[in-house]
Amino acid sequence: MTTEALTLLVFAPLAGALVMVVAPRRAAAPIAVLSLLTLPPALVPLTRAVRAGELVQLPLAGFAAPLGIVWRVDALAVTMLLLSVAVVLLVSLHALASFPPERESGQRFWPLWLILVSSLHALFLSADLFNLYVTLELVTLAGVALIAVRGEPAAMRAAMRYLLLGLMASLFYLLATALLYGQTGTLDLYLVGERLEAGGLTAIAVALMATGLLLKAAIVPLHVWLPAAHGKAPGPVSAVLSALVVKAALYILIRLWFWGGGGQAGEHAALLLGVLGALAILYASAAAIAQRRLKMLVAYSTLAQLGYVMLLFPLASAGAYRAVVFHVVAHGIAKAAMFLAAANLLRALGSERLQRLAGAGSRHGLDVLAFALAGVSIMGLPPSGGFVAKWLLLAAAWQERGWAWVVVISVGSLLAAVYVFRVVSLAFAQPLREPERAASAGEEQGRAQLTSVAALLLAALAIVLGLASAPLIALIDQGLPPGMLR
Amino acid sequence: MTEVVHPLPIVVVLVSLLAGLAIAALGERRQRLRTVLNLTAAVLKLGLVLWIALLVMDGVVPVFRFPLVPGFDLLLRADSLSILFASLSAVLWLVTTVYAIAYMEHYDNRARFFGFFSICVTATMGIAMAGNLLTFFVFYELLTLATWPLVVHTGSRAALRAGRTYLRFTLGGSALFLVGLIWLYALAGTQDFIAGGSLGLLELDAHASLRAIFVLIAIGMGVKAALVPLHAWLPTAMVAPAPVSALLHAVAVVKAGAFGLVRLVADVFGGGLTAELGLGLALAIAASFTIVYGSVLALGQSDLKRRLAYSTVSQVSYIALGIAIGGPIATVGGMVHLVHQGVMKITMFFCAGTFATLLGVTRIDELDGLARRLPWSAAAFSVAALGMIGLPPMAGFVSKWYLGAGAVAVGQTWVVAVLVASTLLNAAYFLPLVSRMWLRPAPDRWPGGSQPSAWVTAGMVVPALVTAGLTIAFGVLAGSTLSPLDWAIAIAREYVP
Repeated sequence: MTTEALTLLVFAPLAGALVMVVAPRRAAAPIAVLSLLTLPPALVPLTRAVRAGELVQLPLAGFAAPLGIVWRVDALAVTMLLLSVAVVLLVSLHALASFPPERESGQRFWPLWLILVSSLHALFLSADLFNLYVTLELVTLAGVALIAVRGEPAAMRAAMRYLLLGLMASLFYLLATALLYGQTGTLDLYLVGERLEAGGLTAIAVALMATGLLLKAAIVPLHVWLPAAHGKAPGPVSAVLSALVVKAALYILIRLWFWGGGGQAGEHAALLLGVLGALAILYASAAAIAQRRLKMLVAYSTLAQLGYVMLLFPLASAGAYRAVVFHVVAHGIAKAAMFLAAANLLRALGSERLQRLAGAGSRHGLDVLAFALAGVSIMGLPPSGGFVAKWLLLAAAWQERGWAWVVVISVGSLLAAVYVFRVVSLAFAQPLREPERAASAGEEQGRAQLTSVAALLLAALAIVLGLASAPLIALIDQGLPPGMLR
Repeated sequence: MTEVVHPLPIVVVLVSLLAGLAIAALGERRQRLRTVLNLTAAVLKLGLVLWIALLVMDGVVPVFRFPLVPGFDLLLRADSLSILFASLSAVLWLVTTVYAIAYMEHYDNRARFFGFFSICVTATMGIAMAGNLLTFFVFYELLTLATWPLVVHTGSRAALRAGRTYLRFTLGGSALFLVGLIWLYALAGTQDFIAGGSLGLLELDAHASLRAIFVLIAIGMGVKAALVPLHAWLPTAMVAPAPVSALLHAVAVVKAGAFGLVRLVADVFGGGLTAELGLGLALAIAASFTIVYGSVLALGQSDLKRRLAYSTVSQVSYIALGIAIGGPIATVGGMVHLVHQGVMKITMFFCAGTFATLLGVTRIDELDGLARRLPWSAAAFSVAALGMIGLPPMAGFVSKWYLGAGAVAVGQTWVVAVLVASTLLNAAYFLPLVSRMWLRPAPDRWPGGSQPSAWVTAGMVVPALVTAGLTIAFGVLAGSTLSPLDWAIAIAREYVP
């Protein structure tokens, strides 16, 4: 049962993408829907098995590690898969309307989209360094293609920059993989973790790998590619890039650090990562406040929110692990909602200038509401997933007597309130001039509503996560890294 | 008192939440249905609160809880102090809804307005029923988020600026609140509200930490309670429509802060520990300063609503003062003022809104002869004003009497001087308004205003008459059972045996 489930998670979207390329146009929508709808049922047995304390492993083609490729599912992987499936399904609802599969734009979009989903899932399942490398590359390439899918010059430029920096990051990662292989004689992440010993070479390898991953995750100061890439991409793409793709790189970093022996690099390295995170929180929040364009503001907010994840490295406690993983989920959902709402507003207003938002509250109420609800979670105000994450993180920082982190977290959420309310205030402002009538046909209207509903559903999920956090926290707690005691 | 798991506390919170969502979803045009929904929900809520009150009188404390974050439950628990605040909120919500329906007749975006209005009441209900500090915090923040759209409702530059100031204060305060909460959690673990204070039972030795925690949380509460110097947002928030000001000052925001201070002192730290740490005296001094300073500032205002706003700054601190002095009598005075200030101040804001809408009167020097045009509103306003000053037999007198007597009983006679000074100042800034309205000749032309239908006018005047009637009734019938005073005495018995 679990074997089939594992296979489905990766191969259903992949098969969907391949079939779509050769199938007639009108079959595209059913194929997309079908391949995506297999995902939730596939997660059920996996989640159940992991909750029962099982470690699900699948040697691909029957070759066991260290020779063959093994997929491995623990609680952390399941958490990421749950996040991914929830976000992908709801964002796909948006994409069904914004990239209709039977149209030209949809024909280009959907195969890439399904490949992105497939490679993301393969990444979360991978258990060895090389496999992680390959899947991360696939994720990046699919992401680059999706950013440029509309062929707009600004988006092309942003995609190109992302591609080049992503390739550089891959080189770092690959070099580090070679060093680690040389030291331990294996690529299996968990075996590497057991065999790795502290030393100069280890430190260099970890530093290289971390640099590559931080570049891919756009942690300040290696963030330069992200605002343009996420800001110029089409709505559903920005949503998934911010919610999942950057998190994938951080997921690998966390795996490497706490499972793969990366922690051998020492406390100073961990502190450095934490300081980078604090810098990201403060700098990127301030930058978000200064933005004049809506999607850029949201993109900078992503940079800031990624900073909280980095606090896990210096805190390195069970409480911090729980907080950070919860934050990854909460932020993923809220940020996807925010990007979708921003994209809808941008489309409806015809401009991404913040000033044009004046009065949007009464005409585009649903999108503003979705943005505001997602904003509640981003600011970490109750009741929302973001609040639970902030509470857990503050409690963890307090327990480790990390007063500086407490200050950074508090200041960060206040800064978030400034940029979120900047947008929401404008939406409440009196309109600058008479609203122009949107001359849209009935079909367009229906599609527009579907996009708003998708944003609102995600935003509602971000709020509900704050009221029903117990099952997720129980799942997260089950996946504590070795050596971290509750 | 026996605790019983019961859905009522969550139902009473959900009623107005669901009503709010339904109202917002109905859209702008379904005006009649919206009105019906608004009033039904308000009446239903009042009925539910009465039901809970009957349970509590039988010695049953209904409780509802579910896990929110590890180690902390979302706990809704209706004890007698909850009832005091919840019934105030339910009664005033009903009259304010009637008033708001009339007042907002010509405003835009009314679906949004009434939606957030209901969510705002949801938050006050949650605050009333909150059984621990984290639950309190959750609804306290919800209150901030739900009142902000009401403050900026018109979308004018001034309104947006006021909204920014409001957020700066409230969110800044709540960040400190949250740090205090985390600290308390790290120090003492999960704490439910217990009459007499849960911390006192632990006999913790960490006095410095406890003091710091108290200050952090009290700042969070003090921002909403408009304790000087955290009060500056309140007068600017006066740009909001009149029903919002009425709600903000009488039951929602300001009162939530004061209620939070009561919970903090009485249910978390406990009167004994608060006094032992020297925090009671500190809070009493802060409250006294606010009382006098707010009144002095009120004296200097020429705009009617701003004068009322500064008067609120002053009057709400009576609650903090009563609870800070400690001792049974002053505690009664503080708690009963929670209700008394609510009915008096809401009356004055209703009237101020009526004056502005019907006659265009917003400044104090425009009040001359107003009683000739609007005798009923002027009468309601005058009753509330005299009550605020503390004239017997109005409700305000009862509060001041208990505060003064309570202070003397515990040997804090200086408080009497504060009360006397405040009463003189109250008289100095309220009596001129009353005399202008009744004794001066009316002008030939009023500054402006509109002539709405008789229904609308009645919808604005009657609620003020109702609350003015309550002002008198709560004073005259203070000694009877089920008056706010009686209830407050019953509560005080639980706290100071």
